[in-house]
Amino acid sequence: MATPLGKVRGLGAAHRGTEAFWRQRMTAVANIPLLIFLILSIVTHIGAPYAEVKAYLAQPLVALALLALVVSAAIHMRIGLMEIIADYVHGGAKVIAVLLATFFAAGVALASFVAILKISLGY
Amino acid sequence: MGNAKLRAERPLSPHLQIYRPMLTMMMSIAHRISGAALAIGFILLAWWLLAISLGPEPYAQVSSFFGSLVGRTLLFLFSWALIHHMLGGIRHLIWDTGHGLDKVSIEIFAWATIIGSTTLTILLWLVGYWLKGAF
Repeated sequence: MATPLGKVRGLGAAHRGTEAFWRQRMTAVANIPLLIFLILSIVTHIGAPYAEVKAYLAQPLVALALLALVVSAAIHMRIGLMEIIADYVHGGAKVIAVLLATFFAAGVALASFVAILKISLGY
Repeated sequence: MGNAKLRAERPLSPHLQIYRPMLTMMMSIAHRISGAALAIGFILLAWWLLAISLGPEPYAQVSSFFGSLVGRTLLFLFSWALIHHMLGGIRHLIWDTGHGLDKVSIEIFAWATIIGSTTLTILLWLVGYWLKGAF
């Protein structure tokens, strides 16, 4: 039934392919060094005074790494949550679950994003 | 009615309760559970960052929570979930290249993930306490 062009594209009736799979892997690879950096940042600042922690996070390269982490982790998290929803949630509840997963991922990412910007820009 | 009979007798795919629990199966489940748990962990990260951005007072509050017994227990579990999920993810990335899919390798990967994540988590906390001057 597929047209020659459809066969070449190989995407089937959904017209979508492996974006989620590939994005999951890309963000997974990005998350590894970024999370190791976050863990080291936290461990080396346990119990540190406020000014010291804030000054550390305000450094451009630290802020850059944390912003990258927040974006990458949120994309990775949403794909994972969508996979769990696809397996366990059906019918009308699935729509709600997808909305909640998306709003949650966007919410924590944006909250973290704004916080990092505020810390590094010093407002 | 013939359709109803067919539906009734159609064999069902075996599911979790049919299989004997195996390590690799448990690791797959653990990967999903740790991933879901990390979604909650993301809230703690956002809270920590927001508190720092808001000033010394909120930072003191978040610090005292993370320093409490409940906070430390949560952070320990989240750090374990994170390291476990990361090692499990590396295992998946290796599989994506087509390597390590044989029966012996998957068992080795499973044990390496469990032992690795537990060891690294404990090591991380020992280093943390050591940096804090606990010993």
